Amino acid sequence: MRDLYRRFGPGLATVFLSLVLIWLAAMVLAPNLMMIDYALRPNLPPAELGGPQDVWSLDNVLYLANEGVHRAIFFKTIWASALVALLTLIVCYPIAFWMAQRATPGQLSIALMLVIIPFFINEVLRTLAWFILLAYRGPLNAVLLNMGVIDQPVRWQGDGGVLAGMVYAYILFMLLPIYNAIESLDRSQLEAARDLGAGTVRTHRRVVVPHAKAGIATGCVFTFMLAAGSYVAPALLGSPGSRWFTEIIYNWFFEGGDWNRGAAYALTLLVLCLAVVLVTLRLFRVNLTDVAK
Amino acid sequence: MSHSVQLDGIGMTFGSTRAVGDVSFTVQAGEFFSILGPSGCGKTTILRMIAGFLEPTEGRVLIGGRDMRGLGPNQRPTAMIFQSLALFPLMPVWENIAFGLEARGMGRAERRKRAEELLRLIALEGYGDRMPGELSGGQRQRVAIARALAVEPGVLLLDEPLSALDLKLRQHMRAELRGLQKRTGVTFIYITHDQSEALAMSDRVAVMSNGLLQQVATPRQLYDNPATPFVARFVGETNAITGQIGAVGGGMARIDTAMGPLRGRADPHLAVGQKATLYIRPEALMPGTGANTLHARVSRMDFEGAFALVHGQFPDGAALTAAVPSTRLSDAPAPGTDASFFFAPEHAVVLADA
Repeated sequence: MRDLYRRFGPGLATVFLSLVLIWLAAMVLAPNLMMIDYALRPNLPPAELGGPQDVWSLDNVLYLANEGVHRAIFFKTIWASALVALLTLIVCYPIAFWMAQRATPGQLSIALMLVIIPFFINEVLRTLAWFILLAYRGPLNAVLLNMGVIDQPVRWQGDGGVLAGMVYAYILFMLLPIYNAIESLDRSQLEAARDLGAGTVRTHRRVVVPHAKAGIATGCVFTFMLAAGSYVAPALLGSPGSRWFTEIIYNWFFEGGDWNRGAAYALTLLVLCLAVVLVTLRLFRVNLTDVAK
Repeated sequence: MSHSVQLDGIGMTFGSTRAVGDVSFTVQAGEFFSILGPSGCGKTTILRMIAGFLEPTEGRVLIGGRDMRGLGPNQRPTAMIFQSLALFPLMPVWENIAFGLEARGMGRAERRKRAEELLRLIALEGYGDRMPGELSGGQRQRVAIARALAVEPGVLLLDEPLSALDLKLRQHMRAELRGLQKRTGVTFIYITHDQSEALAMSDRVAVMSNGLLQQVATPRQLYDNPATPFVARFVGETNAITGQIGAVGGGMARIDTAMGPLRGRADPHLAVGQKATLYIRPEALMPGTGANTLHARVSRMDFEGAFALVHGQFPDGAALTAAVPSTRLSDAPAPGTDASFFFAPEHAVVLADA
């Protein structure tokens, strides 16, 4: 802050700071406050707005608590997002380790390109690719049928499809933080562990994972939040039996026409996600500042 | 329970670079053995081949008489101390020391007990629960040694572990390493580019240059009887005077130089007329004239306490360094004058030019 003033002088620095503050207030703080306000008020016809009924209450949140189907989908979304984070971690950790410690510079640049280039394409289109791959008469079923692994097509869309689509969509958010963390591990640490007789599992459990803990936590937090707030993958790759909580929020806003209840649902999701993230960080003994790095 | 280490014609080729070529020597069990050479001479490659991080492209390594081909570093009776020490920064000191025991499946209570014993051995009792980052450089050094000794290795491999320490601490750690080696009786193979370190600590030293073994000898032999021109120049200070062999006989040779004939000890296989160089240590040169006399122009004198180093130039332009004891400083020539130095033939070595 003082540095900013010294470098740009009081006038320009004040302008910069106020722009940032205005941006934060208008784009981040105000919408969230408005959402809280909406969530706490009942859905009223325009004539009754500002009337005696238009007061704050927890009715919208309680509606979710008492509605069995929505409640079940809500909790399913939470643990399924955790599952997405876990699966993404399982997929990414070995790749990240290989890239950070084993790959030659040439291999590394090829691997990075292979991972990053698909992300130049919009998430909707990438998910649509999975939609085609997993279709009932799509290529995956055709290949498996030809190989004789299955004797009739499988309906992949549903929970499995949603998991696959999300794991793929969020690989980069898991891979890069872990890669960064493992990359800073001194190679001689791995050699020392091996020289002292440790096998692969012990070397990772005692040396690599503790070193990469902040990166792993960061990746998991990103992936979990993105998965919990994801709309495209469940909408395209899901089935009626695999509804995601974001779809219900969408319905309240755009089909049910009840913005207040939708806001309450969104707020509940936000609060619970934050709680899960903070508890996870506490369990991993990682600070938010480490994640921010 | 120390082991001998035998290198049997080992070589290592990386792509088109030959890092080490056809090196053979045997390190006796319980010996303090150093591998000395300038950086890039292949000494670290040799150490990594003994440890098992690299598989030699030729030859084989035998430890305790057992062929090590196909065995990884976690299956060899060696423990390595890395140049960076490679302590695990997120484990307390005692867990660092006991890591190898943990890998061998020892129970926690017993590991802790063993770690305490080793902490006593390295005089760091009560430091077990500190983190490595809280220790000083010398303390970390000792923890790395304890961690390596904890697995009771037959051979301890040390990759320039003292290079990061300051001079005072380095000299202290030299003595400590030497003492530890004597007490534990473990075979030490020590890599260094610092010749005074190698001479001071080792039972025997192998000198390497460009991936080739130059000489394996005791520090004394290395200093007094260098086998190759490289060893003569690399180990200790020396004056090199080039010429041609004039006569050979009785373990001595006469070399005809620009300053006239000079005599020194020599290999009887030298041929008359061969190009050769006479090497003479600075402390063997005395001001004055005698049987073997050199002439030089003195440019500078550095007083170093016990002796003064006289620097100058021979008529052919080669550098002269002579060490004159402080007790005889009055004989030392003044800078800017022409002076004569003589030496006893048995203090000089004549080697054929490579």
